[in-house]
Amino acid sequence: MPERELTFAQAVREALAEEMRRDSHVCIFGEDVAEAGTPFKVLSGLVEEFGGDRVVDTPISEAGFTGVAVGAAMTGMRPVVDIMFGDFLTLTMDQMVNQAAKVHYMSGGHWKVPMVMRTTLGATRRSAAQHSQSLHAWFSHVPGLKVVLPSTPYDAKGLLKTAIRDENPVVFFEDKMMYKLKGPVPEEEYTIPLGVAEVKREGDDITIVATSSMVQVGLGAATLLEKEGISAEVIDPRTTWPLDDKTLIESAKKTSRVIVLDEGYGRYGVTAELAAVIAEGAFYDLDAPVKRMGAMHVPIPFSPPLEDVTVATEETVFEAARQLCGKT
Amino acid sequence: MTTATTNSEAGREVSTEKEKWLRVYRQMVSIRLFEEQVNELYTRALMPGLAHLYSGEEAVAVGICEALGRDDYITSTHRGHGHCLAKGASPDRMFAELLGKEAGYCRGKGGSMHIADPATGNLGANAIVGGSVGIATGAAFAAKRQGTDRVAVCFFGEGALGQGSLYEVMNLAQLWKLPVIYVCENNLYNEYTHYTETTAGTILGRAIAFGLEAASVDGQDVRAVNEIASRLVRRARAGGGPAFLQADTYRYSGHHVGDINREYYRSKQEEQHWKSDRDPIKLHSKWLLDRAYTDAASLERITSEVRSEMESAVKFAIAAPYPSVEEVEKHVYA
Repeated sequence: MPERELTFAQAVREALAEEMRRDSHVCIFGEDVAEAGTPFKVLSGLVEEFGGDRVVDTPISEAGFTGVAVGAAMTGMRPVVDIMFGDFLTLTMDQMVNQAAKVHYMSGGHWKVPMVMRTTLGATRRSAAQHSQSLHAWFSHVPGLKVVLPSTPYDAKGLLKTAIRDENPVVFFEDKMMYKLKGPVPEEEYTIPLGVAEVKREGDDITIVATSSMVQVGLGAATLLEKEGISAEVIDPRTTWPLDDKTLIESAKKTSRVIVLDEGYGRYGVTAELAAVIAEGAFYDLDAPVKRMGAMHVPIPFSPPLEDVTVATEETVFEAARQLCGKT
Repeated sequence: MTTATTNSEAGREVSTEKEKWLRVYRQMVSIRLFEEQVNELYTRALMPGLAHLYSGEEAVAVGICEALGRDDYITSTHRGHGHCLAKGASPDRMFAELLGKEAGYCRGKGGSMHIADPATGNLGANAIVGGSVGIATGAAFAAKRQGTDRVAVCFFGEGALGQGSLYEVMNLAQLWKLPVIYVCENNLYNEYTHYTETTAGTILGRAIAFGLEAASVDGQDVRAVNEIASRLVRRARAGGGPAFLQADTYRYSGHHVGDINREYYRSKQEEQHWKSDRDPIKLHSKWLLDRAYTDAASLERITSEVRSEMESAVKFAIAAPYPSVEEVEKHVYA
């Protein structure tokens, strides 16, 4: 029997539905999450199955309903908050950074905040500067939060189920350009642990560490590189915290050349941290400095030809890899 | 106030009434003397960090928490010692927390501004002004969704009226009819600024705009606070939805212990007026004596009992060990 395929959006929805069936404390808060199923239609059908008490439409009050989720999580619920565009995370920062992330520690371990914040990242949707950012680095910076960046339908489902069962606040970033991406997702129950990277493609000459939207870019570049006789290994950390630094360092030691690829801003970003982890762990095995490729340090522009140059593409990664491997 | 009648049923009520108001007296004295010790610890440089004293506002915390059960929730503020004590926390572990000791409520990791205690439903003090309005509202959401009759009380100062998140959650609470009571302790000063300089319109008008049950009370009158709190708690338990209570009160000390020269924002005469004529403990003791519920000697005995309790709690905290350094990375994640 051929393996079942789901889109990324269907995989997210199936994870939520399964966890809501399994645990009556799981509920969803967000803007237009019920009948509308969100603008991306990721949640379509959930309110019909679980009712408006568990799939809760909120006013346009990101700080307010995120705060409500923190309190509800502390007192026995397992809320999944929907923040439509990752850019709106700015409105939730106090609740996530000063409250959710710190409650367990500040209370000496007495209170817990088992909540998930689902949101989106990614440019090239022609949505301009306030609907296109990838702000996962901000949350990766804060102790007490976990940050998940799935890159396939399979990972999205398995990681979201784990995130919902986690006892900590987890921020779960979905690439909005990936919702229609199809991939194999088995019918049977599975989960994926947080903090375990996956080698998406094995190779010997260069390592491409890529997150979320950039994993497909890295895989595309690896295909182009193969035609040049360069064997690229593509590694997806899947979570920026906890981080599987061991897998990254081992691959770097094996190939001796590394590109780190992420859609967040390069400066002070996820690429900076991953590059530092690799440099510290594999310095004496590297034949070239670790190359960082993040988003350009500009607000994401609206005009398509301008927007397109702000993020890495298969071609730019391919070129960077060739240069790193001494091919000009 | 309920008055005593002559039948036997009411006779028992009188005894209960009397016990209740004496308990309330003791609670207010506990907070006052706790804060005296904090002031002492701080000025003797035995207490690290910051100390925001609740002295003068005791009737608000005590009047409200007397209307709550142990498993009802509260959220508190940077000026939170009174709320913790009124909800049932014990002074020894509180002092230990204030000194950063392992025996503290948060193993010393939270300090004065973050005391939390699941055993008494205390979701935590919060050092972000208005930072806990969402948490309290979320606890009310969970209480309702889980089919319990718990309520959540959200304490905040009038300074939090400047925070937009308060209005977001009041709107949500009213839409969803959540059992939460927002208690605005109006001690007149947003830190060093009189609230009339920061607050347009009226305080209650804000809650009325969202359709919340809104009331104000003399926050120095513990029985008045308790009476209205009891009504709002009953209403919330019965599914009547959220309420907003403005309790007018006064902060005897500065914003924090180091805020000594205050005359640029308020006069000594004003402070003296509140301390002499509006003190919640004096007002309540007069009432107790007028009703012959007690006598002066008994009240004095309560005070000295509480004082020695506080002194031994402080001794406990000073003698208690700090957490070991290995503790620093514990409890970052559950």
